[in-house]
Amino acid sequence: MNFFFEVLIGGLLSGVMYALVALGFVMIYKASGVFNFAQGAMVYLAALSVVGCMEKGAPLWLAVILAFAIMTLFGIATEKFVLRKLVNQPPIALFMATIGLAFFIEGLAPMIFGSEPRALDVGIVDEPIEYILENFNMVISRFDLVAALVASVLVATLALFFQYTRIGRALRAVADDHQAALSIGIPLQNIWAIVWGVAGFVALVAGMMWGARNGVQFALTFTALKALPVLILGGFTSVPGAIVGGLIIGASEKLAEIYIPPVMQNLFGGNFGGIEGWFPYVLALLFLLVRPEGLFGEKHIDRV
Amino acid sequence: MLYREAGQFKTTYAADQQLFPIRQDRIGVITLLLIAFIGVPLFASEYWFSAILIPFLIFFLAALGLNILTGYAGQLSLGSAAFMAVGAYAAYNFQLRIEGIPILISFLCGGLTAAAVGILFGLPSLRIKGFYLAVATLAAQFFIVWCLTKFPWLSNNSSSGVISTQQLIIFGHELKTPTEKYLLVLSIVVVLALAAKNLVRSSTGRAWMAVRDMDVAASVIGIRLMPTKLLAFAISSFYCGVAGALYAFCYLGSVEPDGFSLDMSFKILFMIIIGGVGSIMGSFLGAAFILLLPILLDVLLPFFAGLFGLPFSSATVSHIQILIFGALIMFFLIVEPHGLARLWQITKEKLRLWPFPH
Amino acid sequence: MIKTCKPVLAAATLAIAMLSQNALAAEEQFFPMTSYRVGPYGANGQSFYGGFIDYLNYVNLTEKGVNGVTLTYEECETEYNNAKGVECYERLKGKAAKSAGPIHTMSTGISYALIDKSAQDKLPLAMMGYGRTDAVDGSVFPYAFPLVTTYQMQASAIVKFIKEKMGGNLAGKKIVYLYHDSAYGKEAIIALEAEASLNKFQLVQIPVAHPGNEQGAQWLKIRQEKPDFVVFWGWGVMNQTALKAAQKVGFPRDKMIGSWWTGSEEDVVPAGESAKGYMAATWNVAGKNVPLIADIEKTVYGAGKGNLSDKAKIGTILYNRGVSAAVLSVEAIRKGQEKYGKGKALNGEQTRWALENLNITEDRLKQIGATDLLPEIKTSCDNHEGSGKVKIQQWDGDKWVPVSGWIEGNKALIHPLFQASAKQYAKEKGITPRDCSKEK
Repeated sequence: MNFFFEVLIGGLLSGVMYALVALGFVMIYKASGVFNFAQGAMVYLAALSVVGCMEKGAPLWLAVILAFAIMTLFGIATEKFVLRKLVNQPPIALFMATIGLAFFIEGLAPMIFGSEPRALDVGIVDEPIEYILENFNMVISRFDLVAALVASVLVATLALFFQYTRIGRALRAVADDHQAALSIGIPLQNIWAIVWGVAGFVALVAGMMWGARNGVQFALTFTALKALPVLILGGFTSVPGAIVGGLIIGASEKLAEIYIPPVMQNLFGGNFGGIEGWFPYVLALLFLLVRPEGLFGEKHIDRV
Repeated sequence: MLYREAGQFKTTYAADQQLFPIRQDRIGVITLLLIAFIGVPLFASEYWFSAILIPFLIFFLAALGLNILTGYAGQLSLGSAAFMAVGAYAAYNFQLRIEGIPILISFLCGGLTAAAVGILFGLPSLRIKGFYLAVATLAAQFFIVWCLTKFPWLSNNSSSGVISTQQLIIFGHELKTPTEKYLLVLSIVVVLALAAKNLVRSSTGRAWMAVRDMDVAASVIGIRLMPTKLLAFAISSFYCGVAGALYAFCYLGSVEPDGFSLDMSFKILFMIIIGGVGSIMGSFLGAAFILLLPILLDVLLPFFAGLFGLPFSSATVSHIQILIFGALIMFFLIVEPHGLARLWQITKEKLRLWPFPH
Repeated sequence: MIKTCKPVLAAATLAIAMLSQNALAAEEQFFPMTSYRVGPYGANGQSFYGGFIDYLNYVNLTEKGVNGVTLTYEECETEYNNAKGVECYERLKGKAAKSAGPIHTMSTGISYALIDKSAQDKLPLAMMGYGRTDAVDGSVFPYAFPLVTTYQMQASAIVKFIKEKMGGNLAGKKIVYLYHDSAYGKEAIIALEAEASLNKFQLVQIPVAHPGNEQGAQWLKIRQEKPDFVVFWGWGVMNQTALKAAQKVGFPRDKMIGSWWTGSEEDVVPAGESAKGYMAATWNVAGKNVPLIADIEKTVYGAGKGNLSDKAKIGTILYNRGVSAAVLSVEAIRKGQEKYGKGKALNGEQTRWALENLNITEDRLKQIGATDLLPEIKTSCDNHEGSGKVKIQQWDGDKWVPVSGWIEGNKALIHPLFQASAKQYAKEKGITPRDCSKEK
């Protein structure tokens, strides 16, 4: 039983890491209806900027600020040179543009900062917490706890930002209806630039957490794959959905990896581990069959 | 002037309904086929066959399959590579386990197996739409590849899961040279492409397009959604499956499940989006763009770097290639969000009036 | 699109073909190089191919090539992608018709795709520590060379090392095999299973799904299993994640032994402190205190002809491995020239013969200053591997330190597995194996 809870808690904490990446997708989708395929690449760019600046001699805090500046500039440039020219195009064209953007970043980032994998030390040692290990014989990582804390602060900030600030209200208005927002005098382009800036910030946080966890390298772009089922489960447009979806996916995929392969082994013989690759997707799929718009997604009403 | 349909009168329904109603188009297609079947084998080098033309045709076929599903029936799919894998492994197993089965029948069975799997993973489409549906197909992508790795029977108990395809024997003749393989692939692709062109203008194709444009409206006017959507999944997967079998047998010769990765699915998706969603021509142009552009950049960049004496290291050149590739995708989308096929259409419009546009 | 593309492309290829044709006038040994420097494994490729090219230039600079034959090469970016690898191979093949050194793809997937093609085109395919391992049986695979050692022999050597550490007896012990769930990771299972039944230890196999950036569940399971050792077959991001995850559950890193693709600086540096004490197999030592490496830095980089833009990579495991691959290739060229005429470039067929009759001794390695860059290698028709030896090295937080001498895998146990597999391949493909007793 102890082991079960250990896996469960470990899974929930991993889920928070997925949610961090998923948040970036949600930000952009919510405000502009663009499914931003480049989010994974942005996570990579952000983490690489931090490490790159640190290698040039900047201390961590300065590197983070510089990276944030880079991400913001990047967001504004994307809006100005790509998205602005694609206003009113079908979603699939916008989606494709972000794929082009992903390639662009994957070429640009390592060209500037170098492609060898590097460590990112944010000063948290990733070791089990002794107190829990001794008293409950359970392994809970200190780093994962900090990540969870960071994520909750981030989500709370974003939620407050959306709910109570002027810009937040404008963002929600734009998300509801571009035309209507424009007609009451909300500057659409500025709002989009802000959204991409915020998404860049989320990517920065995610990049630093993942980078500190696994090293800063090209594979950071793969984090997007972990975020997709989270997104589906939670709904594309919901910030809390990303967190809840992340927790569900994280916990269930870990439990499945431990408990399903032995069952299959008894049935068919052979080794059936490594199901983490597809399990979250199948889970999300089964869930969608019951609730096609995700956990917190907006219900879609078809009109003819 | 060159491209004008004025004066071409249709006197029968049959003439009016033929595949290429405009004479210039007919001439164009026939010339293209003649070049492909006769001209190319005469002049192309081995490199062109094995490295460019064969993969290009195979990916054209896969993109065609995806375009049927996504472009015509409106169901977004990110699992094309997995269906290719099903086709490849199924064809391999048919060839392996049934004594004396002709290779073309194996390909056909590979395609049919892929179609069956496609129907299975198409079932969620009855309830889920848009980007959410893409996840269902992603589930197919990861699950199928995992299955191929995990059930050793499928790869004839090879310790690594890699299969090496059997010889290509057609009517007792073994196809060995790239030219022969090219002709085989070309024939299959031409037949299937013409079939697709025919299919999308049939009542089935029109039903697909109605579903794509608005499925609720389509069901109101009496199109049964379930068979229509599932048929799209089946036919699309069939095309991908045959493409997969060709990919394994005629192109690489030995494949592993991981080779049919998500990257490949994305690549096929890029092809149809860049080429033009909902257009046969689009699949063709898109496959050419996505496959040939990186090669072109690969050849040209070091050449120019050398020409102007730019101090680029090989790593930088490689990075610049990817960067330019991404930038070009964005550029083309900004210039023409409806894909290269639309550009082609605009060219035709212009040609119709040339040299005296009003 | 295609209509505008084709002529441009044709013109470009033509132009380049003409350029290189002029260059080919003098006697030159051409190395087709399907390399990669971008993508998920780009960093690994940069070091490896950097080392490889630096050594070729080194030979050109110090002794004007091999007996006067200049070593040339052309690179083509594969991005570690099978289809692109084939395209590159086809592109370089034309130039390799006249003279060809062994092709190093540094990718199991690409090697698999090239096995048949290279045999047809009579170009030798070197797969140093990767690729199709049953090609050890040269009677079925005349043109494929899994040189130095294979996944299976390596796994066997690691087991031997663990056995020594445990006091010579593994009975009743438990070893976890944690692997990348792909062709690469699965190759070693067959050897480990054979070793397990021979040495009576318990083997627990735990696969990790690609890309392996999440291993929480696996390591909790390992913690529960309490194994004596973890044998680890990772690649790319999976390596750092495993080390970090091991730290997370408090599993001692000095009980983890990885394959050689998990034991370079690129694999441990990003994991920071957590990598300290971790061990991995290798066939070449790291560092610049190998005389040849120091000399390359002095000569090649002194002359401004170095291939790496980042000189810090000189002396890393993968850089040295690139040099070792080049040393082996160049030694093969020397061997071939002894038979086919000194001062003449070798074509693919001749290089193939040379690779099959390699005999690199400790003395020879010492002579070129490459001691410990390679084990002794002696190949033959029925043994394309030639060595089967590895060293175990340990990461001390700063650099890799060898902690063992050369350890040879259990050949009597492993090689019959290759032969069985090669036989099945020959049957499937309708190949009649050569008679190795008649080869010389």
